[in-house]
Amino acid sequence: MADVILEMRNITKTFPGVKALDNVNFSVTQGEIHCLVGENGAGKSTLMKVLSGVYPHGTYSGEIYFEGKECKFQDITDSEEIGLVIIHQELALIPYLSIAENIFLGNETAKNGVINWNEAISRTRDLLKKVGLDESPNTLITNLGVGKQQLVEIAKALAKKVRLLILDEPTASLNESDSDALLELLLQFKEHGISSILISHKLNEIEKVADSITILRDGSTIETLDSRKGHVTEDRIIRGMVGRDMTHRFPPRDSKIGEVVFEVRDWNVYHPIHEGRKVSNNVNIKVRKGEVVGLAGLMGAGRTELAMSIFGRSYGTRISGTAYKNGKEVDLSNIDKAIANGVAYATEDRKAYGLVLIQEIKDNITLANLKAISDYDVVINEPKEMSVTSGYREKLNIKCSSIRQMALNLSGGNQQKVVLSKWLFASPDILILDEPTRGIDVGAKYEIYTIINRLASEGKAIIMISSELPEILGVCDRIYVMRDGKIVGEMPASDATQESVMKCIMTQQQEVMAA
Amino acid sequence: MKTLSTLFKNNIREYGMLIALVAVMLFFQVQTGGILFKPVNITNLVLQNSYIITMALGMLLIIISGWIDLSVGSVVAVIGALAGVLIVRYNVDWFVTILICLAVGAAIGAFQGYWVAYIKIPAFIVTLAGMLIFRGLTFILLQGESVGPFPVDFQRISSGFIPDFLNVFNIPNFHLTTMVIGILLSIVLIFMDFRGRQNQDKYGFEVTPFYFFVLKNLMITAAVLGLCYLMASYKGLPNVLILLFVLISGYTFITSSSVIGRRIYAMGGNEKAAKLSGVNTSRLLFTTFVNMGLLAALAGIIVAARLNSSTPNAGDGMELDVIAACFIGGASASGGVGKVIGAVVGAFLVGVLNNGMSIMGVGIDWQKVVKGLVLLAAVFFDVYNKNKN
Ligand SMILES: Nc1ncnc2c1ncn2[C@@H]1O[C@H](COP(=O)(O)OP(=O)(O)OP(=O)(O)O)[C@@H](O)[C@H]1O
Ligand SMILES: [Mg+2]
Repeated sequence: MADVILEMRNITKTFPGVKALDNVNFSVTQGEIHCLVGENGAGKSTLMKVLSGVYPHGTYSGEIYFEGKECKFQDITDSEEIGLVIIHQELALIPYLSIAENIFLGNETAKNGVINWNEAISRTRDLLKKVGLDESPNTLITNLGVGKQQLVEIAKALAKKVRLLILDEPTASLNESDSDALLELLLQFKEHGISSILISHKLNEIEKVADSITILRDGSTIETLDSRKGHVTEDRIIRGMVGRDMTHRFPPRDSKIGEVVFEVRDWNVYHPIHEGRKVSNNVNIKVRKGEVVGLAGLMGAGRTELAMSIFGRSYGTRISGTAYKNGKEVDLSNIDKAIANGVAYATEDRKAYGLVLIQEIKDNITLANLKAISDYDVVINEPKEMSVTSGYREKLNIKCSSIRQMALNLSGGNQQKVVLSKWLFASPDILILDEPTRGIDVGAKYEIYTIINRLASEGKAIIMISSELPEILGVCDRIYVMRDGKIVGEMPASDATQESVMKCIMTQQQEVMAA
Repeated sequence: MKTLSTLFKNNIREYGMLIALVAVMLFFQVQTGGILFKPVNITNLVLQNSYIITMALGMLLIIISGWIDLSVGSVVAVIGALAGVLIVRYNVDWFVTILICLAVGAAIGAFQGYWVAYIKIPAFIVTLAGMLIFRGLTFILLQGESVGPFPVDFQRISSGFIPDFLNVFNIPNFHLTTMVIGILLSIVLIFMDFRGRQNQDKYGFEVTPFYFFVLKNLMITAAVLGLCYLMASYKGLPNVLILLFVLISGYTFITSSSVIGRRIYAMGGNEKAAKLSGVNTSRLLFTTFVNMGLLAALAGIIVAARLNSSTPNAGDGMELDVIAACFIGGASASGGVGKVIGAVVGAFLVGVLNNGMSIMGVGIDWQKVVKGLVLLAAVFFDVYNKNKN
């Protein structure tokens, strides 16, 4: 038995109305990658917040031992001091500071209060090399993609002499190659004796890197699987998570595809700040009644930008092109009109664009369609609102103590479900879903796919942006591939394979590189 | 069922405020040797605070939207001046004057709202400019001197009382209509609370224990009836109080049950998310400023009528009392949070402090110190509670 470096015993944590953790036991051995899995709201993030001192000693019951010593952290600096570093589900970098400034924030290489920038920058350079990020330490965070930001977070952790690294869904918003690079990094750290705890809903990644896997369900530890003793399959993990076998990852569907309901022609969009940059370049797409169309592509291909520019011009400038609904030109020039014309867009960034975090779940669900729950379009009919939103809570299985709970206190996956509910309630004819299953557990993904199928069978047209190819292949009828703001490929899903879509993305890339 | 203590904990902000208000009132009652609760003084308290409360209603919406309006004190002055000039210098009918003043107030709000909502200049800067502009215009309009007096009808807005329709029994020194209104109001309040509770129960929400419901309504009824009794034994209900009652009910309704209110909260809580949900945030923000201008104009009229003259320094520093009332009442400076009832109680707290200290002969200097400390304490209480959760 290898040395146990961390042991959490009988951890119980309650919030008003919920027992988020119920007598959880959890231990990590020296130099392993320990994965923590479980459904949305199972308590994974909460357990890690207890561990890292976000919830200080005394606000939970149970004991924590790190390297044999009992820990009673008052705040996060206490845990960082002994080498426990957490990277949260939501990135916490400051956008208008440079990489170096962010890395040394709160940990400045200062002498008598004066920061020694030369030293900070040279150390940053070393750290960036270690995490394999080829950027100048002076680059502003806002100019980096999510993948690179994630690497900066890790570099920041390394700067703190980390012994145990905790990553809460680090790959949720990364594409495959960035995810692979990150996982590779964890394997490297393992060689150097740094243990890590990894939370993820991407089970294939877990299968790849885990040494052991702990499964949480409803705030309790279900089991710990040791993959060094024998291979643990995805299906095995799923069985632990949901308590039963899941034979299919995607619900079956028989599509009844009708006429073209929505079409965008010659769509051009320019970047709002970098004047000359075209983010959508002569895009032509169409969706039919009852059809689910996938938009595949790498991060930064311009899919979100395209979707938002269509949705009431909520992104970009100098937008040109025409949109047609049922063959007639429609005016989508602002969000009001887009919604009124039956177009909806569910954002990928739930915290910044999707939710009013300090409002109740019910307020969030009804926000885009308040008139439907109002008398004379003016007075909110609260009983009606309650019953509508309770319905969505049940249908999407939103885990909360009440629909009057603040959205802020929901687990990440459940927040995503609230965003979806909002747009389902707006009952659009054309629904654009941007990464609808980001951060969502396998069981809930299945539920969401089922909902997508049902909407399609009701005759709605759905455009789904996703960075997970299996999902695109499993759910869509037809796939567009996007790169650099252009549509570079179109294929029926029945003909497509993961390889063929990937190849479409990549060939184009090579062409560009060759040019 | 919830226990009393968790109930208290969950609503600590609201109950804390009320307890503070009652404590402060009792303190001054003792310190002023019983003057505070004299019928005359209670009536005065209402009259003195009416314009603060009127403006706090508008300010609250602006603060919920995530902004602030520093210009309201100057708007009070410039509208007062306008009223003075129109009525006294140009003999315009007082009622027409009121309409003109309200329209000008709305226009002032539109002017400032335009810069904030459409040109995206921070409200702090726009209204700071407004504060200077409208104070300057006041001096220009009044040519530096006070204008007055006003016709009696105009004065009555502030200093009049409702007629005693029911004075058939000729009870000496007792305004029967006032008392009857108080009783009716109590019944309506109890009925509404009961209905709300029933509704919550129907939809499976946790309701407060019945004894708590009874206790709460007993206290509210006692307060309403007590207040009405005091007023009835003076000159009855002031006209202004009726106006206030209408405004407070209206704005409570808007914030808690109307579509526009819900949208304002959403906009203040997360502007981008609100916008992407189809809320026309620019127009909505513009509207809240127009509304503020309108209410500031109304306050300006009340102030002028009460002072019976338009003075260049009217409303000086009033914006601070108004803003303080909202924050004491639990509004959040970062937007998205705040309640009408909180702002009203906050305004009363500021008012009682002003009134009590004045009676005690505390100088204006120390009054400011105390008010500042109270504001700080109230907000500290908020932050402390938030961190503890
Ligand atoms: N501050 C809070 N107040 C009230 N309830 C909370 C709070 N934080 C978390 N919860 C509740 O605790 C439970 C566990 O949440 P947690 O964030 O740990 O889930 P998770 O396993 O990380 O889920 P996900 O995979 O969706 O991120 C959820 O039911 C959540 O609603
Ligand atoms: Mg989580």
